[in-house]
Amino acid sequence: MYWEPDKECMDREELEQLHIERLQSTLTRVYAHVPFYRKKFDQMGITPEDIGSLSDLSRLPFTTKDDVRGNYPYGLFAVPLREVVRIHASSGTTETAAVVGYTRNDIKMWSNLMARVLTAGGVTKDDVVQVAFGYGLFTGGFGLHYGAERIGASVIPASAGNTARQIKIMKDFKTTALVCTPSYAALVAGTVREMGIPVSALSLKYGLFGGEPWSEGMRQEIQDSLGIVATDNYGLTEVLGPGVSGECLERNGLHISEDHFLVEVIDPETLLPVPPGRKGELVITTLTKEAFPMIRYRTRDLTRLLPEPCPCGRTGRRMSRVAGRTDDMLIIKGVKFFPSQVESLIFEIEGTGPNYQIVIDRKGAMDHATVLVEAAEAISFDQERRQSGTLAETIRKRLAHELGFSVDVKLVEKQALERSGEKGKRVVDNRKF
Amino acid sequence: MLRIKNVESGYGRLKVLKKVSMHIRAGEIVTIIGANGAGKTSLLKTISGLIRARSGEILFDMTDIGKLPPEKIVFLGCSLVPEGRQVFAPMTVRENILLGAYTQYRRRRGEAVRGDLERIYGAFPRLRERERQLAGTLSGGEQQMLAIARALMARPKLIMMDEPSMGLAPMIMKDIFSIITRLRDEGNTVLLVEQNAKAALGIADRGYVLETGRIIMEGTAEDLLSNREVQRAYLGRDLDAEGMM
Repeated sequence: MYWEPDKECMDREELEQLHIERLQSTLTRVYAHVPFYRKKFDQMGITPEDIGSLSDLSRLPFTTKDDVRGNYPYGLFAVPLREVVRIHASSGTTETAAVVGYTRNDIKMWSNLMARVLTAGGVTKDDVVQVAFGYGLFTGGFGLHYGAERIGASVIPASAGNTARQIKIMKDFKTTALVCTPSYAALVAGTVREMGIPVSALSLKYGLFGGEPWSEGMRQEIQDSLGIVATDNYGLTEVLGPGVSGECLERNGLHISEDHFLVEVIDPETLLPVPPGRKGELVITTLTKEAFPMIRYRTRDLTRLLPEPCPCGRTGRRMSRVAGRTDDMLIIKGVKFFPSQVESLIFEIEGTGPNYQIVIDRKGAMDHATVLVEAAEAISFDQERRQSGTLAETIRKRLAHELGFSVDVKLVEKQALERSGEKGKRVVDNRKF
Repeated sequence: MLRIKNVESGYGRLKVLKKVSMHIRAGEIVTIIGANGAGKTSLLKTISGLIRARSGEILFDMTDIGKLPPEKIVFLGCSLVPEGRQVFAPMTVRENILLGAYTQYRRRRGEAVRGDLERIYGAFPRLRERERQLAGTLSGGEQQMLAIARALMARPKLIMMDEPSMGLAPMIMKDIFSIITRLRDEGNTVLLVEQNAKAALGIADRGYVLETGRIIMEGTAEDLLSNREVQRAYLGRDLDAEGMM
């Protein structure tokens, strides 16, 4: 099932023509309307007229999160505010948030791209879609909501939180598709089990999860416990919000809506393109956005492009599931690693729950990491203590093997770990630098 | 059908088109809108070979036509209905129409030309009525129909029209635009250059906005119509002023 078959299955030659046309008009507009870009282009001695092919893209400057923050709130808007019909912002915690705007056409485009993602993930007009993303400045709630409405599905704007109520709604309203972050889906799955509700009492068929990296193991666990097909989708506020790419039911990489975005994968240190198919940082240029066009945005998300055709027939290239963020990268005892590596490993081990936390301390001059892992079932203290000891030991050995340095592992009660907002809090770094 | 990449052209030292890229798929009406002097006519003249592209690529049906003379381009199936009609005033309507068929004559297809003429008369009954009249005595709208009929006689795959509504009364303009829509519905492909952006976007599938020789926007006609910059600059609507009223 496709939402826009002529776009999603467009032949590559036609797509390349579209790329150059849209890149040139986007550059002409940002140069004329956004002083930030004009200044940057001028400094580098380039004008939009110098860009005649996609290989010229590498001559353009990157845009970073700091650039977006530095232009807080409206500095990067390419249209006057009176043409903006919606404003969202990234969940900036201590830093200034990234503020983005949408024209009426942008909202229409966004809804269509979300409809593509939802359709690829199995949703049709006959589905009842429960959106358990926060509705607010965060792009998740409204993005998915408009897409599901565009398809003609029945949308329940449940918003985030109050899990018991979510589950009651899910059961009573006969929700068929759940939309939220993967960590929230895992919490829902756990709570369903705890409440003693059999999966057969629910009508769920599909889950569309995004907003944070999650492992295959976590997918398996959510799919099994809720009896659904779970797909991953991707996006970020600075570029659009969700809707940049999404998995089809093959669940083997996320199809990028390449008629609206140009993607590159670079080495985050040298800033040069990585060889085709290799992992690196995703860089995105928007091709159709009116209010908030973005040139070569460094997403800090790590992925690789999968050029092989997908059996589903879509021609948009796929990106592998995000394997972490360049700024999530941890360096412990000089070794670089990503929390997602820990996550995949924990999921492979029987008896552990979906949640974990990495706590890093510095003792003297030495870094020390402790991984807290939730047990799958309640640990009863006496008898199973020894057993959980061996479980922790298993995890410890596997992690040491995977990461190349030793960590402490502690098994904690199920649901004992702190969650920050919608996304689980994965890393606590107590080191002072 | 037509694919243009990075085309630059102009007159003497004046560069009018700066790295223009665009395309038309078979069966589409695509419109180029823009102010006077934006380069719309230059773009059509460059595609027709009347001005030579200085650089860039013009592919028509996968053939590079960038360096071909205008008559070869017409032979390949790309015809221009020029700005201001440019019918031959001292010749009859019928003679004017038949002039458009010269590509067919060379192919010794007299029979086919007679068939085409009949079909054209079927589509434009007004021209049949005035068959023996001198073209110079026709009204503006009739001259425009004649210019379109003349272009159709070459059996083009792509018809390019330069300001077909220019100087026509609103009622007549409506007729011309419904003729263009009909051409598309019969399977023709049309590239339409217009100053009357509202009318052009009203019948087009997609559009490009040309400003001082650069494409600054492209999209479906529907999206361009709802773009407020297009509304302000080309549709003569000032929404802020409307809002204050």
